[in-house]
Amino acid sequence: MSVIVRLPSQLRVLVGGAGEVQVEAKNVKDAILAVEALHPGLASRVLDDNGNLRRFVNVFVVDEDVRFLDGLETILEPGQTVSLVPAVAGG
Amino acid sequence: MSFAIGLKCRECGATYPSEARYVCDFCFGPLEVAYDLDAAKGVVTRESISAGPSSIWRYADLLPDPGYEPVDLGAGWTPLRRAHRLGELLGVKELWLKDDTRNPTGSFKDRVVSVALSSARRLGFSTAACASTGNLATSVAAHAAAIGWPSVTIIPSDLEKSKIAMTAIFGGTVLGVEGNYDDVNRLCVELVSEHPDWAFANVNLRAYYAEGSKTLAYEIVEQLGWRTPDQVVVPVASGSQLTKVAKGFREFAYLGLSEGPSPTLFAAQATGCSPISTAFAEGSEIIRPVRPNTIARSLAIGNPADGPYVLDELRQGGGDGGSVSDEEILECMGLLAQTEGIFAETAGGVTIATLRQLVGRGSIDPNKSVVAIISGHGLKTLDAIVDTATVTATISPSLASAQAALGVHELVAAS
Repeated sequence: MSVIVRLPSQLRVLVGGAGEVQVEAKNVKDAILAVEALHPGLASRVLDDNGNLRRFVNVFVVDEDVRFLDGLETILEPGQTVSLVPAVAGG
Repeated sequence: MSFAIGLKCRECGATYPSEARYVCDFCFGPLEVAYDLDAAKGVVTRESISAGPSSIWRYADLLPDPGYEPVDLGAGWTPLRRAHRLGELLGVKELWLKDDTRNPTGSFKDRVVSVALSSARRLGFSTAACASTGNLATSVAAHAAAIGWPSVTIIPSDLEKSKIAMTAIFGGTVLGVEGNYDDVNRLCVELVSEHPDWAFANVNLRAYYAEGSKTLAYEIVEQLGWRTPDQVVVPVASGSQLTKVAKGFREFAYLGLSEGPSPTLFAAQATGCSPISTAFAEGSEIIRPVRPNTIARSLAIGNPADGPYVLDELRQGGGDGGSVSDEEILECMGLLAQTEGIFAETAGGVTIATLRQLVGRGSIDPNKSVVAIISGHGLKTLDAIVDTATVTATISPSLASAQAALGVHELVAAS
């Protein structure tokens, strides 16, 4: 099942400059690990030592924050986009 | 001169030169401007500051940019007013209001924008942008207009009409997003990857932008005669302001500019968007994002990036976080106006209502001094009050009609 992982500029150097990577994955964690398998180094930037999301990384499936869904276990439909976005706020 | 020496990650301590970079390359932690405070000791003095301009730029030595040619509409150096009548009503002996409604575009955001765009210009940018709940957009559009830059401000499309108008009048591009602030914010973080040549005040210029809020603490100390207040109530959205106010008090203490212990900080939120106060009350380390639903739109950030640092400040300093209903917000906008003659936006109602709540709860000591930060002007949120704040009576232009109305409606002295 093919999904798209969108990367912020800080991570693009890890994948040769591309803004997105297509991988096979059934949930969010799989998608991150699939990118890691193709381009080693990504997972440690996004996940902490316990395999949880780092606290300054937001992950969206389509337009929804995965913390409103099932976190890293959120199921992906074919063709869906997973966006990794650094947490930045301030209105 | 500025004593800034570069950027430093708050999470992992990695350092970077002074450039447009907003998160740590490695851990995505937020970057802060670092200063050589030891070199500033004895050079930045009460006298050197007092000799400066009546704006945030009197503190240029402690801001990221030297301030020779700041992007400056006159932000800061707003009044710190003793609030006798409101203090008496709330049972607080020594209450002060930091009246940031008096900034050029009516909110504290002028402080952060003046700093962000000054740094942006030095770094070679020539387009200003931001993600905003309204006040920031207005300030960015105004400052950009004043230096002839194009601006792109991005806001939720259903904001208060007055905030949209106040932004659009400056002539930049205003994009209304069908979504809430957190949607806007996420969009802007993605946009900055596509437009790295735009200075997003609170995204790629964030480290510089955030420093502007420190000047609230500097001014409070200076205006109190170089002493610290005991307690400060700060309205909290992303958490950046409270975090930087704390940093400002610490820097002044380190430089020997202030007398008195570190103030205890208190976070003010609306019940319809209180992820930080909720996490604090639950003793949680994790801030669960919420979907905002409050009239305090300027504080409606459901996923506050600096939230963890606010929790740290509250816990280390013995502070507390409160949250108040929309009814209490409106009531306290009225209280503030009717006791002190200050017309604040909904966020000001949040601050005053939270102050009242925390005094009632015993977290704020009413016998010690309190400063409440009033961050934005009431004209920005007219929508919230136009239905209730209206004429006492409508009459025909005749004496009889006036007297009849005055007979029915006895004259009301403010509170």
